[in-house]
Amino acid sequence: MAGGKEIRTKIKSVQNTQKITRAMEMVAASKMRKAQDRMRAARPYAEKIRNVAAHLSHAHPEYRHPFVVARAEPKRVGVVVVTSDKGLCGGLNTNVLRMILHKMKEWEASGVGVNVCALGGKGFGFMQRAGASVLAHQTGLGDTPHLEKLIGPVKVMLDAYIDGKIDALHICYTRFINTMKQEPVVEQLLPISGESLGSAKGHWDYLYEPDAKQVIDELLVRYIETLIYQAVAENMASEQSSRMVAMKAASDNAGNVIDELKLIYNKTRQAAITKELSEIVAGAAAV
Amino acid sequence: MTAHTHESLTLTLNVVSAEAEIYSGKATKISVPAQMGEIGIMPRHTPLLTYLRAGEVRVHTSDGKQVLIYVSGGLLEIQPQIVTILADTATRAASTDKAAADEARRLTEEAMSKLERFGSLDIAHAELMAAIAELSELQRLHKRKTRW
Repeated sequence: MAGGKEIRTKIKSVQNTQKITRAMEMVAASKMRKAQDRMRAARPYAEKIRNVAAHLSHAHPEYRHPFVVARAEPKRVGVVVVTSDKGLCGGLNTNVLRMILHKMKEWEASGVGVNVCALGGKGFGFMQRAGASVLAHQTGLGDTPHLEKLIGPVKVMLDAYIDGKIDALHICYTRFINTMKQEPVVEQLLPISGESLGSAKGHWDYLYEPDAKQVIDELLVRYIETLIYQAVAENMASEQSSRMVAMKAASDNAGNVIDELKLIYNKTRQAAITKELSEIVAGAAAV
Repeated sequence: MTAHTHESLTLTLNVVSAEAEIYSGKATKISVPAQMGEIGIMPRHTPLLTYLRAGEVRVHTSDGKQVLIYVSGGLLEIQPQIVTILADTATRAASTDKAAADEARRLTEEAMSKLERFGSLDIAHAELMAAIAELSELQRLHKRKTRW
């Protein structure tokens, strides 16, 4: 029985792989639920800050913060690329990178330079090797998004925008639709368009302390940070569900491979027994 | 005093941060550490927008209790019946923000000078397409297997 032992070893090894993928699937499933909760927890803040920003932009048409002034003919644009740190999550990163790469090629073809801010190890590694000009990055975000880790890289991009090094800022990440469906999107962060804020309800004005300008400045910076934070939170939920689906597929696949190997194993075993029997019978007949 | 006026003597307080919803409820009086000094807020306060420094928010709830919430900073929005505190989760100051940005710049420059590169977008694109082809092949394989 030549192949028997080898096939048994092979089956064992596939079974071990299946154990790992199944464990990863379950881990991803539990992390996904938490990631979704966090994604939802961030929404009230984003909603509120958007309302206040909308109100301000209507109440103070005379003060134009650089963030709300549209610039004609952008010469350079900035892109915040949100990806995961770890792999084994299906086509999540590949899809988002393909989308932004397509955009970047379009920009380059029309003579617009691109500066990148990479959040997440996969995107950073990719952009680095692609020779893109990466201004800032953050990796090792872990399973919980922390605003603290984003402040630095985000400020680098905001500074670049204020200094006129970039004329627009975009973000690309994977939007979480449901467990089975996530889609890569590219959205514009800066300049802030009037319609993205929505219209303000009612007409009144606030008192500002110490003065309107400072308060608006603080508010708008936080607004952009919140949008980026939300994108990161959503990307994490997408990452976990994408990983869960990918690992489920891998476990199923391993199951199929095991079934096939078992069939082959039994066939060779059967063949060996038959052969042995016929040899005995032939031997007995010879006597 | 009628029931109506009594109702208007409470206000709704929402304390939210980017990472979580911290507090939400009715209050009769709130005191907050604003940038220009401590502010006491009663119902029907003038609309006001300011930012906070680190400190304690004291809430006198409508059932007579006192709640303390620590904030490390943030924005305060007052409307006559609704007060919203957009709390920061991190300690914020121009100097620490700048330090964080400088650190991010330095780390990126350092990392950028190290790794090997494809050198151009086209090569990167080719590599991506290969990865995508591999993935879709796997998916096709998976579909065929499960149909059996």
